Amino acid sequence: MQSTNLIYDGSFDGFLSAVFYAFEMKLNQVTIQNEFDSQSGLFSENETIFTDEVKANRVWNGLKSKLSPNGRHQLYYAFLSEQHGIENTLLNYIQYAFSQDSPVDKDYSHPSVLKLAQIAKMVGREKHRMEAFVRFRLTKDNIYFASIEPDFNVLPLIQKHFKRRYADQKWIIYDIKRHYGLFYDLERVDIINMDFPAHFDFTKNNSDYFADQEFEFQKLWRDYFKATNIKSRKNMKLHIRHVPKRYWKYLSEKQPD
Amino acid sequence: MFRNSSCEVAGFLQIYNQNMSFERIQEKLKILADAAKYDVSCSSSGSNRSNANKGLGDATGMGICHSYTEDGRCVSLLKILLTNYCIFDCVYCVTRKSNDIKRAAFKVQEVVDLTINFYRRNYIEGLFLSSGIFKNADYTMERLVAVAKKLRLEENFNGYIHLKSIPGASDELMREAGLYADRLSVNIEIPTKSGLKRLAPDKKHEDFIKPMAKIKNEIIQYKAEKKIIRSTPKYAPAGQSTQMIIGASGENDFQIMQTSNHFYKNYNLKRVYYSGYVPISYDNRLPQIGSEVPMLRENRLYQTDWLMRFYGFDVSEILNEQHQNLDLDIDPKLGWALRNLHEFPIDVNTANKRMLARVPGLGMKSVHKIINARRFRKLNWDHLKKIGVALNRAQYFIVCESNQFERRDLTSEKIKGFILQNSTSKYRADLSNQLNLFG
Repeated sequence: MQSTNLIYDGSFDGFLSAVFYAFEMKLNQVTIQNEFDSQSGLFSENETIFTDEVKANRVWNGLKSKLSPNGRHQLYYAFLSEQHGIENTLLNYIQYAFSQDSPVDKDYSHPSVLKLAQIAKMVGREKHRMEAFVRFRLTKDNIYFASIEPDFNVLPLIQKHFKRRYADQKWIIYDIKRHYGLFYDLERVDIINMDFPAHFDFTKNNSDYFADQEFEFQKLWRDYFKATNIKSRKNMKLHIRHVPKRYWKYLSEKQPD
Repeated sequence: MFRNSSCEVAGFLQIYNQNMSFERIQEKLKILADAAKYDVSCSSSGSNRSNANKGLGDATGMGICHSYTEDGRCVSLLKILLTNYCIFDCVYCVTRKSNDIKRAAFKVQEVVDLTINFYRRNYIEGLFLSSGIFKNADYTMERLVAVAKKLRLEENFNGYIHLKSIPGASDELMREAGLYADRLSVNIEIPTKSGLKRLAPDKKHEDFIKPMAKIKNEIIQYKAEKKIIRSTPKYAPAGQSTQMIIGASGENDFQIMQTSNHFYKNYNLKRVYYSGYVPISYDNRLPQIGSEVPMLRENRLYQTDWLMRFYGFDVSEILNEQHQNLDLDIDPKLGWALRNLHEFPIDVNTANKRMLARVPGLGMKSVHKIINARRFRKLNWDHLKKIGVALNRAQYFIVCESNQFERRDLTSEKIKGFILQNSTSKYRADLSNQLNLFG
């Protein structure tokens, strides 16, 4: 039987539009692929999906009656994992949800439900890590700047947290991997794209960009980090489990003096 | 000639002063952070102070560990002493009067500046300020309160503040402290009165209890008033906590957990912390420098604490006159289950929440998942494994939708042997001489 491969633009609305299309056309053999991550199958037909906010909203609102608020929340979190093939797990989950009368998001013995809950948890953990590991550095323009490279696309999830917390300072959090950032200008948060010089090293403290007192506070923070450690209880295994090495390069306390 | 160079001198002095002040702060920070590190509390959760004034910071929701030290402990707050000058001579304490160490003292403004600048860079959730006792209790407490007050009123700071209650401080100061702090704590340090008398001769048991009782009553009053008048100023919304040192004064686990239970029940404490004694003194009333920090014992006490607070156990089920110390080789829940085999096996598809929580290898998250999942279908071993149940331990205590289950009538010694055989404890090295594999 011919299967259909729906190609969408990578946005959440685009994905929901593809789900709408799959239901509308009553497709049984269907896969959904991000246009940046698509492979053509030998026996499948590609169909490009145009993002349609109205259709996307219809799917999303339809899910309101089929999932608990937490279930929809998990769905969005899992989508942001950007894992290869996640769209198909999500589609499977949505199909299962629409086939049942009562919410299924706590059916942890169903493979798609459990998988989705587990992936959503990983994304949630990464979100929490970014809330913890973002390190702002004060620039000469009086903006607190942080660069991150999260495993998952968590910027949309951490925006609220930082806006509420740092309401009286301008800040930028920039995702180097995904080439976009959040900029708060004391009023609102905007999504921004920035051009950096080629080979720009985000881990370096360049005094052309950063305020003079910035270096002092980083030094004090490193001193504090060392002084608060109890040597006779040293446990590097535990330390690395909590702060995996891939995050070290942006942590001020992990930089050499 | 002199006039010409005086400008340069002034300029030089200014730079010199700036550097001096940075270096002085640096020196103080090193000393006073080092002295504060034995306080294990790192919690920054449980408050409800939101950023409503477009100021700096927010202390709602869960706490955040912004980093972890190399010993694996959470770094959530800037944890420092205001000063390590102290008039007391508690043997177990590194800042005791008779100890020959460098002393330093922060100015109120210096602590405020450090807190704000660390917070703005997302290093910390807030401040945990404690102090050695200089002059007297009230004089010290007054300065701690001054820092918190300045942060709240002048800097518009809504981050987390944990203040230490200085034993013996007046009720008025404790009242004021709670208006600015999210959490207050007084460390009783030594679990028994007799131990306290021996190791901290200057301190009286009542001095610890008095501020604790005052805070408890203020919190009760605040909660009552808030029901009537919503704008009642907050009073220590994250409650109070305390800490006990483990392994310094010879108490057994039964005594420690009884004290802990007493504080949870009678003073509504949010947390009791257990801190394995890190040897810092040659005094012969204490374990000598170089002796091992009792980390495994500390871990078992925390597990017991969790069983009391989240798993519905009464402390007397785990520790009592007959059973005064926790097993080191197995966790306290497994220990309890092995002493109460007559309660098992239970059926995960029908058992109530209370009994599920008592199964070794089942944490509260798994319990929650099981209760939800079993409404859709009967659960088998495969489901349980995928949900995340530690079957290695749980299999001897449960049955499920499967005809495969432990049919042999095993003694608790046998079960313990099987479980230990199939697991590797991170403490294995500490335990090797105690393991009795085939009991």
